[in-house]
Amino acid sequence: MLGRTAHGLFWMFRYLERAENTARLLNAGLRMALTRDLSTAEDEWRSVIATLALQSQYEAANDDYSGAKVWNFILRDKDNPSSIRSMFGAVRTNARMGRNAISGDLWEAINESWIQLDEKLSRPVGQGAVGDVVRMVRRAATMVHGAMDGSKLRDEGYHFGRAGTFIERADSTARILDMKYYLLLPSLNYVGSSLDTGQWESVLRSVAGDHVFSWLNAGQIHAHGIVEFLVLDDRFPRSLAFCHGALRDNLTALARLHGTEGKSNEFMRETDIELNEMTTEQIFDRGLHEFLTDYMASHAKIASAISEDYRFLS
Amino acid sequence: MYCALHNIRGSMGISKDIFDEMYRADGSTSDAYTEYSNWFDEQDAGWLRRKDAEADDSFRRTGITFNVYGEDEAEERLIPFDMVPRIISAREWRKLTRGIEQRVSAINALLYDLYHRQEIIRAGRVPEHLFRNNDAWLPNMVGFTPPGGVYTHIVGIDLVRTGPDEFFVLEDNARTPSGVSYMLENRETMMAMFPELFTRIPVEQVSNYPRRLARSLAACAPKMTEGKPVVAVLTPGIYNSAYFEHAFLADQMGAELVEGSDLRVVNGRVQMRTTRGFKPVDVLYRRVDDEFLDPLTFNPDSCLGVPGIMDVYRAGGITIANAPGTGVADDKAIYSFMPEIVEFYTGEKPLLPNVQTWRCADADSLKYVLDNLGELVVKEVHGSGGYGMLIGPTASRMEIQRFRKKLEANPSNYIAQPTLSLSTCPIFTKKGLAPRHVDLRPFVLVSPNGIEITPGGLTRVALKKGSLVVNSSQGGGTKDTWVLKD
Repeated sequence: MLGRTAHGLFWMFRYLERAENTARLLNAGLRMALTRDLSTAEDEWRSVIATLALQSQYEAANDDYSGAKVWNFILRDKDNPSSIRSMFGAVRTNARMGRNAISGDLWEAINESWIQLDEKLSRPVGQGAVGDVVRMVRRAATMVHGAMDGSKLRDEGYHFGRAGTFIERADSTARILDMKYYLLLPSLNYVGSSLDTGQWESVLRSVAGDHVFSWLNAGQIHAHGIVEFLVLDDRFPRSLAFCHGALRDNLTALARLHGTEGKSNEFMRETDIELNEMTTEQIFDRGLHEFLTDYMASHAKIASAISEDYRFLS
Repeated sequence: MYCALHNIRGSMGISKDIFDEMYRADGSTSDAYTEYSNWFDEQDAGWLRRKDAEADDSFRRTGITFNVYGEDEAEERLIPFDMVPRIISAREWRKLTRGIEQRVSAINALLYDLYHRQEIIRAGRVPEHLFRNNDAWLPNMVGFTPPGGVYTHIVGIDLVRTGPDEFFVLEDNARTPSGVSYMLENRETMMAMFPELFTRIPVEQVSNYPRRLARSLAACAPKMTEGKPVVAVLTPGIYNSAYFEHAFLADQMGAELVEGSDLRVVNGRVQMRTTRGFKPVDVLYRRVDDEFLDPLTFNPDSCLGVPGIMDVYRAGGITIANAPGTGVADDKAIYSFMPEIVEFYTGEKPLLPNVQTWRCADADSLKYVLDNLGELVVKEVHGSGGYGMLIGPTASRMEIQRFRKKLEANPSNYIAQPTLSLSTCPIFTKKGLAPRHVDLRPFVLVSPNGIEITPGGLTRVALKKGSLVVNSSQGGGTKDTWVLKD
C-alpha cells in the first residue's frame, strides 16, 4: 500500500471519530444549556468551545456565546476546519483519494452520509434541528464502522483506519475529562451536590456512557467512579483502557503483516506498562490533569511514530 | 396507469433529412431496435419516469462525477445519463471493428516511422512541417522504441454516423482518451435498472475491459521487469476532472493509483513510496499530459510528474502508456492526412472514411472556407473539447465575422469540415422520446499481442434539441451502448 494511502485511511477515520465526538459533545452541551439560566448557559457554550480547543477561532468570528452562534459554528462554519461539515468533507476527500483501498460498501456509506449531511448543513440550523444533525452524524459513523467491519479486507489498510479511530477516540475522552475536571475542581469536595452531578452527567453523555454508567452503578454518580469508568474500565468502548487495548491490537497486527516492529510498537509497550498497573487512587494522587496530559502526549508520540514507521509522508 | 405511451413515442418528430437510428422515416423501427422497442411499448410511462429519476441518485451515491472548476471551489457534477440505449447490430459492429483496427495499426506505424526513418515524409505523402511545428512532437524521442513497439496502448476513436451504412471517423484520441468508466458504469446502471432487458436481448459484455486493460499493459512491461509486472495509474489528483475514472480504473485493475509525489527515481527505476519502502513500477498508465510528466525534461514548474522519469524511460526502466510523443498523431492537421497514412502503412484503402477536411493552410482551401463559412464547421488544429470552434449554420453573423478575422490572421491554425447531419437516437424526456444527435467512442487496446476492441463504447448525446455539440463539458450526456450478439 502507498504511504500516502495509509496516511489517508488513518486520517479518514480520525476525522470521522472527531466529527462524531464533536456531535456528542455538542448535544451534551445543548442539554446542559437548556437546564441553566441565560448567563450560565453562556458558560456552558464557552466550555463546549473550550473543550474543542476552538476559543481563538470562535472569538475571532463571533462576539458572544449565544447558543445558535455556537452550534452553527461547530456544525457548519466553512471557515472552521473543525466544523462537522468540514470534517465530514475531509472524511470523504480521504475516502476518494484512497478509493481503491476501501471497499465499495465503505465508500458508499461515506458518500451517502456526506451527501445527506452536506445538504442538511447547507442552511443555518435551528435549535429544533440540532438533535437531527447529531443523530445523522452518529448514524453515519455507525454505518461507516459497520461497512468497515463487514466488508473491509483485514489488510494493513484496515488497521491504519482502526488505529486512527482509537487514537482519536482516546484523545477525545481524555480531553473531555480533563476540561470538565478543571471546571469541577472546586466541587470535588462536594461530591453529590446538584451542580456537580449535572456536570458529571454531561461528561458521561458526551462519551455516550450515561446509560451504561448508571446501570453499572445503580444510578449513583460519583467522581471517582466516573474516572475509574472512563479511564480504567476496559469493557467500555470509549474508555482510555479500551481504546488503548484496541490500538495495541492494531499496531501488533501491522507489525505482524510487515514482519517487523517499529517505533510505534515500542512506544505502545511503554505506555502499556504504565496503564496496566494503575488504580484510580494512584491517578488522583498523581493528579488527574497530569495523568491525562501525559497520556495524551504519549498517544501523540505513538501517532507520529506510526506516520514514520509506515512512510505516511516521506 | 397505462397512458400516453404512444404519445411518448409519437412526439419523436422524425425528420426526413436526419438519420434516426431507432425509427425510420416511415415510422417503423430499425432491426437492431425492434426488441427494445417492443419492450419499451409495454412499459408504464410513470414507472419509466421514476426509473429515470432513480438513475441520477444511483450515480450520485456511487460518486460517478466529474469536477468543474468554478469561481472559488471545484464542484462535482454528474454527466447526465439517458436510459434509452444506443444499439448497434453485430453486422455493423464487425464492419466498424475492421475499420478501427486498420486505423489504429496505421497510427502506431506512423508514430514509429515519424520517430525513426520518416519514410512517409521521404515518400512525400505527408509534409514535414506538419509535425515539426507541432508542440506534441518530442525530438528527444527520435530513435527510441517504446517497449513492445507500442505507442498508443489505449486509443479512443470518435465516430459519427449519417446514414444506415455511413460511419465516419471524426477524431482520433491517441493521448489519454477518457470516458471508458462511463461505458462501464452506464452498463452497470442499465443492468440494475432494467435487468429484464438483458434477458430478452443478447448484448455483448463490456465488463471485462479493466481485465483486458491490465493484461494489455502488463504485456508491454519493460525487459527490466522482475516477476509479475507492477502497473500503476498516474493521476494529477482528486481535483482533476476525470479523477473518478482514474480511481475507478486503478481499482478495477488492482493497480495502485499514484500521484507524482508518490513516485521517485531510485536506483535507476521509477519507484513508489509504499508503507514498506520504495517499490519499482514497471508500467505507468499515466493520465497526465506529456508536458507535465517530467519537470526536468518538460515544464519545469510541473509538480504532477516525476523528476527524471524520462531518463529512466529512455534507459528502458519503465513503460509509459501512452508513450510520450504520441500526441503528434492526433491533431486535426494530421487527421486530414489519415486516408493517405492508412494507405501508406497498410497498403489498403481505408475502411472507415474521414470527414472531408479543408486545410486552411492551403490557399485554395482557405478561399473556399472563407467563402462558405456559414455552412462549415471550423476547428482549431490543436483544439479539443468542442472549444474554439465555429459551427457555421448555428452561428450568428457577428460570430462568423469575428471568426473570419481569426482565421485570416492565422489560417494554418484551422481546418474546416462540412456540417454533417449527424444521426440521432431517441432520449427519454418528460414529454416522451425525442431525437438527439449522438456520436460514438469505442475503446481500443494495443499490445504486442494485438489490437482489442471492446464491443460497445461511449455514446455521447447532445441533450439540447438540434445541438451538435456532445461534449460533457458543454451540456452533453451519455448513453449505454449495446452491441448485439449474432
